Amino acid sequence: MTKYRINKTRFVDQTKTVSFTFDGKKYHGFEGDTLASALLSNGIHLVGRSFKYHRPRGIMSCGSEEPNAICQINDNTDLTEPNVRATEIELYEGLKASSQNCWPSLNFDIGGINNLISPFIPAGFYYKTFMWPKSFWKKIYEPLIRLSAGLGKSPTQPDPDIYDHKHEHCDVVVIGGGISGIISAKIAAKNNLKTILIEDKNILGGSTIYQNNKNFIIDNQKSNEWLMNEISELEKLDNLIIKTRTSLAAFHSYNYLLAKENISDHLPLDKKNGSIRQRLWKIRADKVIVAAGAIERPLVFNNNDRPGIILANSVKKYLDFYGVSTGLNNIIFTNNDSAYETAVSLFDKGISVKIVDIRKRSSSNIVKNAEDLGIKIYWNSTVVNTFGYKKIKSIEIMNLSEDGSNVTGNKHKIQCDCLSISGGWTPMVHMHTQSGGKLDFREIDQVFVPSEKSGNHINVGSCNGDFELEEIVKNTNNKVKKFLNINEGSFDKISVICSKESEKKNIWLLPNTISESKTKSFIDFQNDSTAKDIKLALREGFKSIEHVKRYTTTGMATDQGKLSNMHALGIIADTAGVKMGTLGTTTFRPPFTPLTFGAIVGRSVGKFFDIVRKTSIHKWHVQNNAKFENVGQWKRPWYYPINNENLHEAVQRESKAARDSAGILDASTLGKIDIQGSDASEFLNRVYTNAWSKLGIGKCRYGLMLNEDGMVYDDGVTTRLGENHYLMTTTTGGAANVLFKLEDYLQTEWPELDVYLTSVTDHYSTASICGPNSKKILKKLFPNKDFSDEAFPHMSYQDAIIDKTECRIMRISFTGELSYEINVESKYGKSLWENCIAAGEEYKITPYGTETMHLLRAEKGFIIVGQDTDGTMTPIDLQMDWIVSKKKYDFIGKRSLYRSDTIREDRKQLVGLLTDDPNEILEEGAQIVSELDKKPVEMIGHVTSSYFSPNLNKSIALAVVKGGKKMNGQKLFVPMENKNINVTVSDFIFLDKENKRINA
Amino acid sequence: MFVINCPYCGERDQSEFSCGGEAHIVRPKQPTELSDDEWAEYLFMKKNIKGVQFERWNHAHGCRKWFNMIRDTSNDKIHAVYKMGEKPPVI
Ligand SMILES: [Zn+2]
Repeated sequence: MTKYRINKTRFVDQTKTVSFTFDGKKYHGFEGDTLASALLSNGIHLVGRSFKYHRPRGIMSCGSEEPNAICQINDNTDLTEPNVRATEIELYEGLKASSQNCWPSLNFDIGGINNLISPFIPAGFYYKTFMWPKSFWKKIYEPLIRLSAGLGKSPTQPDPDIYDHKHEHCDVVVIGGGISGIISAKIAAKNNLKTILIEDKNILGGSTIYQNNKNFIIDNQKSNEWLMNEISELEKLDNLIIKTRTSLAAFHSYNYLLAKENISDHLPLDKKNGSIRQRLWKIRADKVIVAAGAIERPLVFNNNDRPGIILANSVKKYLDFYGVSTGLNNIIFTNNDSAYETAVSLFDKGISVKIVDIRKRSSSNIVKNAEDLGIKIYWNSTVVNTFGYKKIKSIEIMNLSEDGSNVTGNKHKIQCDCLSISGGWTPMVHMHTQSGGKLDFREIDQVFVPSEKSGNHINVGSCNGDFELEEIVKNTNNKVKKFLNINEGSFDKISVICSKESEKKNIWLLPNTISESKTKSFIDFQNDSTAKDIKLALREGFKSIEHVKRYTTTGMATDQGKLSNMHALGIIADTAGVKMGTLGTTTFRPPFTPLTFGAIVGRSVGKFFDIVRKTSIHKWHVQNNAKFENVGQWKRPWYYPINNENLHEAVQRESKAARDSAGILDASTLGKIDIQGSDASEFLNRVYTNAWSKLGIGKCRYGLMLNEDGMVYDDGVTTRLGENHYLMTTTTGGAANVLFKLEDYLQTEWPELDVYLTSVTDHYSTASICGPNSKKILKKLFPNKDFSDEAFPHMSYQDAIIDKTECRIMRISFTGELSYEINVESKYGKSLWENCIAAGEEYKITPYGTETMHLLRAEKGFIIVGQDTDGTMTPIDLQMDWIVSKKKYDFIGKRSLYRSDTIREDRKQLVGLLTDDPNEILEEGAQIVSELDKKPVEMIGHVTSSYFSPNLNKSIALAVVKGGKKMNGQKLFVPMENKNINVTVSDFIFLDKENKRINA
Repeated sequence: MFVINCPYCGERDQSEFSCGGEAHIVRPKQPTELSDDEWAEYLFMKKNIKGVQFERWNHAHGCRKWFNMIRDTSNDKIHAVYKMGEKPPVI
């Protein structure tokens, strides 16, 4: 046993040694230790440097509130994890931990120099100082701050661990496995309610499990022994799920809880492999009982941050739970009775202990117990200073004045190697407020407690402000029974004997002889904000607690101010002369403790990140070397390179082939909506800008859909399959939104219409064949069909049979070429495609991807919704007046087309752009200006589509330009980083304006 | 995360639904006869108050039906759900 492992307990197995390293040095602890308890058993208190002043800092607590002992775990580039609290990580064989925020090393830290210049680093220092000169930011301030600041290193490689999500539903969730949580869970589970008990530690029992004090008796047993029996009873209950190592991250409305379970974090390295690391539970509970406990408060006095200054109950836990003494010569500094339990515990183990108490007296049993043992108590005294750089060595105390606002008499110095502090207790009201609950301020002991309200959750135990054992047990029993409508419970006749606190006194900032500006009384240990900073912020005019918090950074570190928020509030209230109750608190936001990104995303990583949709022809594309592009969730062939062609080369070849002979495109991803019903024609009249009533059966028509604000929303070709039957196509990315919008109008505005919509996008596969030889290929595929213009004109459709399979052939064109689209049921898509390729072989039919499709349609001046439009373009802006019906009384967006703003003549309008140098290709998104010399430069538009056209042998572009309609022939400029490109506004139809090709 | 009682399917998790903003705004029957201001009032002026509000919701990942909801936005209490075309219940 090490010098500081002085006690054997049932919680740490001292027969099982565990070795670990801290800052590269090897140490030993035991199974059951945390990293913090193992370090302390080796006499190590100094574990980090503070954020701003780089002051040496030690382990201060034993739980999630820990501000100082935050470590980097593992040193691999993929598994390393920063900001892990040493108090929460269970020791395992091979654990590698190192301190953070220290450069070059923990023991010699160059940033410590900040401590010496600290009078010059007040609150808001960074805001005030580094604001100017602006040019200093990038090269001087930022690198300087980054070098000496920061909380650990992020991994640079992908996380190899597996994370999981699980949904659960139950009657009751109990948050917290301390004594009140155990009582609650037992009452619930015994009454036939499916119950889940969540505890963040590895075992149940909270702080009562190591209480072991004769002043705390339940049913004639010491409280810890009684609780031990209760826990073994609990484990026998069938409808109770006990989840240890599980911390509640968030408590949302309607009792929706997120809890993170650590599954393999505590296992030795060789046993972690392949196991799920963490699981995020998503629990919907009928009722929630919050038994989250309380956190001990520190005391705020000069130099209250030295290593060896530890919260009193944590000292007790290290002693009685882990068997580790945090010091051999202890002083306890307190304002309440609870710290006396620590004193008695230390005394029992033969460790020297003295007490400094700011109160004048207390006559409770536990205080009498300490006095009877002969423990020296300095009443009515406060600590005014501490000494020791890397570990506390001594303290100075003075008497308090009558009202506690000042100190009197002489300084008295006492030697020590550990100072336990206790400023009372703060109920953990985070869960309550996260769920929407309100708080009340209780003057007597200066705590915020949950407001009573009738809801679907209650708070019990110390998180509800019940601190004494008897009230915890009895109030919990009564409250839970009432909440769950239970008449009789197992704890109705329980007898509890406990010490009761008789005197309460609270001073948020303890007085001193020296002026405040020369003291360092820390409030937020992790972010290094002091009482002085808070007062400065108030003097500078900050009043709202939310503003003071941000200005001083109090409560904004990774511990979220669990130890600091109350003192900040208290000092603000005292200084400003307002009541704490009226000041309110800052917002408690989830997560309660930091969550890993892995736990948040769960299995949704890699190929499970999003749904991938592939057409039935996908395999052929892969076999034929296609490069793919993501369009929404679809994988679409982008281009098909041959012999190491790059994108440009492939697209030039594909585009030329499509215009010179034949090209083929997989158009299966276009959205398809089947529209049926006796009012289908009327419905289309209302959703498209053009008229649909007179469209004959077997004909196709292009339609433009607007939003109610008049802006183009989607477009596509719709085919009339029968009297009351249409097939609408939408853009690939817009399919789901279009269906959503159409359903909305149908259900909410026009419920009288007899129309039914069905998404059939996945039902059909589409091969689109275009080019001058396309008709010949179709004839080979369908020898019995008449493809003459008379029998099968442009914008019409016919049913046909291929390979004994029914299909639909539409003669429609998005390229400006003669073009046919063949639709078959998806399962026949690949065979259709292969038939087309075979039939087209003699014409060198060329598969082309989305990039070539974009180029071909741009040559023809066809827009792509979402590329040439951006939600601010009307059909008039797009020079598509021809498709807007003047006769129709109404359609979606019609009225907006003549709002004062939409009829402005200087709106951005679609134009063509030709570069003066025909080989210069504009960048899509590039800005357009009309005058280069004017300052500030006025942007009058931007390029929306740009390509080199192999068919026209020049660069072409589409753009939107203010007032562009009237600018044909005008010279404009596209300023780039190194040059200005001269362009001329042109017609946006670059090829075959007369539609000779489509009708060829 | 609420639990929403879809009038067609019953209780489901909020993640299955999407909110469509203020309810009971009727699309004008004769938009062409409205002034710019009147049309703008219909088109743009939607309420999002703190307190009891009438909202449109869609069971997007379920039955795809639209329905109305009375919800207190200050505490997310859902007072009622009712089908499109039905009169809002008195609460
Ligand atoms: Zn539904």
